[in-house]
Amino acid sequence: MPIELVVNVVIAGVLTGLVYGLMALGLSVIFGVVRVVNFAHGEMMTIAMYATVVLFAALQLDPFLAVVPVAGLFFVFGTLLQAAVINPFITRPEHSQFMLLVAIAIIMVNGLLMVFGPDARNVQVDYQLESYAIGPILLDKARLYASAAAVAASAALFAFFKFTRAGKAIRACADNYLGAKVVGLNVKRYYALTFGLGSACVAVAGCMMILLVDVSPVLGPAYTLLAFVIVIVGGLGSMGGALLGGVLIGVSEALAGLFITPSAKSMFSFALLILVLLLRPQGLLGRKP
Amino acid sequence: MKAQRGTPSHVRRRVLKAAAASAALSTLGFPAIVRAQAGRLKVGVLLPRSGFQGLIGQSCQKGADLAPGVIKEMLGVDIELMNADTETNVDTARTRAERLIQEGAHVLVGPFDSGGAAAIAQVAEQRGVPFVINIAAAPQITEQGYKFVFRNFQTAPDIVRNGLALIGDLFQASNIAPRTAVFMHVNDTFGMAMAKGISAFMGRLTQLPFKIVDTIQYDPAARDLTVEVSKAKASNADFLLLVCRLNDAILLRREMVKQRWNPMGIVSPGSPGMYEEQYFKTLGKLSEYSISNVPWYNPRAELTKVVEKAFLKQNPKDKLVFNGLNVGFTFEAILVAADAFRRARSTDAKTLADAIRQTNITSKMMLGGPIKFNEKGQVEGIGSACVQNLNLTPTVVLPAAVATATPVFPWPYYKA
Repeated sequence: MPIELVVNVVIAGVLTGLVYGLMALGLSVIFGVVRVVNFAHGEMMTIAMYATVVLFAALQLDPFLAVVPVAGLFFVFGTLLQAAVINPFITRPEHSQFMLLVAIAIIMVNGLLMVFGPDARNVQVDYQLESYAIGPILLDKARLYASAAAVAASAALFAFFKFTRAGKAIRACADNYLGAKVVGLNVKRYYALTFGLGSACVAVAGCMMILLVDVSPVLGPAYTLLAFVIVIVGGLGSMGGALLGGVLIGVSEALAGLFITPSAKSMFSFALLILVLLLRPQGLLGRKP
Repeated sequence: MKAQRGTPSHVRRRVLKAAAASAALSTLGFPAIVRAQAGRLKVGVLLPRSGFQGLIGQSCQKGADLAPGVIKEMLGVDIELMNADTETNVDTARTRAERLIQEGAHVLVGPFDSGGAAAIAQVAEQRGVPFVINIAAAPQITEQGYKFVFRNFQTAPDIVRNGLALIGDLFQASNIAPRTAVFMHVNDTFGMAMAKGISAFMGRLTQLPFKIVDTIQYDPAARDLTVEVSKAKASNADFLLLVCRLNDAILLRREMVKQRWNPMGIVSPGSPGMYEEQYFKTLGKLSEYSISNVPWYNPRAELTKVVEKAFLKQNPKDKLVFNGLNVGFTFEAILVAADAFRRARSTDAKTLADAIRQTNITSKMMLGGPIKFNEKGQVEGIGSACVQNLNLTPTVVLPAAVATATPVFPWPYYKA
């Protein structure tokens, strides 16, 4: 097998994996702090993809510029969703939370079907079909830009949690719920803020993802599942783990497609998931409970 | 107001009457009398109007929607359509078929999918309700000994045999002999049946100058085909032999451009996708020169003109050419049911099935011989055409008898 073929496939896997990682990062952040598993995560990304399509169709707004309004809108939406709907469920049994978020996911899918119909949609930017050639290596422009944006967004989120007061407060809430309350932090407000940040994160991923795949309403559940696989492989609640998991899944899918058969790509992701669950149940970068 | 001789309305009526007469004469052997039926035939139409085959299902639905009006004029039969969306899901197809039967459908038609057709066929057989397949190619559907299942569409081996023969004709007409092909195909029921057919026929068709150097199967619902196209490109094959669906065909063509892969061309030995309107709309100029060897409609047939008129009336912004295969076979499936109902004068399932078995419709829209079912419930002798995308329109380039343009192969992007 030609080496340039392997290199091309691995690079494509890494680039796609970084966008996957950003998507999963939102899920990981929300679970790491709020301890609620967002079963509507893929559906939220699908809505972000549709929002990007609409902005592109109406205003010819490039997805990279659409990030600002879409992420802003999702931050507000996520904050309100957490404050108004999810917060009352925080202390309820996990199956109640599960049913709530599954219900939200189903409403989202059907809402999209009602508004946009079943057809797949995309954006047609100038650079979408172009690629950089470095010798025999081809770098898909859209994929390269999208992964660079994913890295930038992830870095910004890391910086927020590391260096800002609000970020530190959120980490305190995540580390010790009671302690955070004792020192006077408004935990529920920070939970809402976290859900908003996670939502904004998935919105950015959606804006990037539309450059890589066409969107249809039924896409959501598949991405929710993919996000779960990634965060479990990387470590639930670990931000670095989400990115690492994304890259690992992206590369492993690509290599499985190359060396085994392309139709076995998804199967290989799940095989990797089982392997990680058997050998390191907390995930590659997760902490032991 | 009565139509004058020679006016379009008069000509249309003559054509419709001629078509009806042809059907009646050939089956009953006495002069056709176009008369109204006492009852009305409830036709359950099962199509994937949503899901990843949604666009094709919607295209087929246009053929169903125009059928009651055209058939009423042709045969005097009243038809009530009962539409159901299979959501491109085999289980949904099965449950929707059950529900249509419970709600009183006398006959089922659909579902543009071999997996769905196999599931509906089981339901139809268990419940004893005739099922006329519009489009589905897996051969096993009519190999089960079913008594209520009928198919007016080529089986995968027929599609492959006709498609490969047309590839030979294409190379001959283009005066070129590619030596290698990379074969990519979807891994659903249809794709696997086609792959089986190709591996069976490739050895036998010695006039074909090429050999398949690599076979790559993929998920028709795939969101990304980077790896698949990378592998295909690495094979250095002269051309791409493709069995696809619509969305994956679009993804694949885009990926070919991104990866700067320009073989001699893309040729489908018989699959949907590249002649669909959405392929043109989404890809624009990149849709040009793709070739599909598929069962196609006869643009010169009288019934085609009637159907086209009804189609344009219902879809003024649309063109039949982008929907011809889907509309034609769906219309013909309902025509088969209506023709049987007219002769049987009954909605009794067994009587209808017996009447369908006696079908002999000679005035038809699609290429090939008359619609006559063999003992397995399969129509034989359905023709294929080599359809190439030229000037953003699917254009028949072979066989020469029905062609409206000459084939372009290799495509202009090719550099030896």
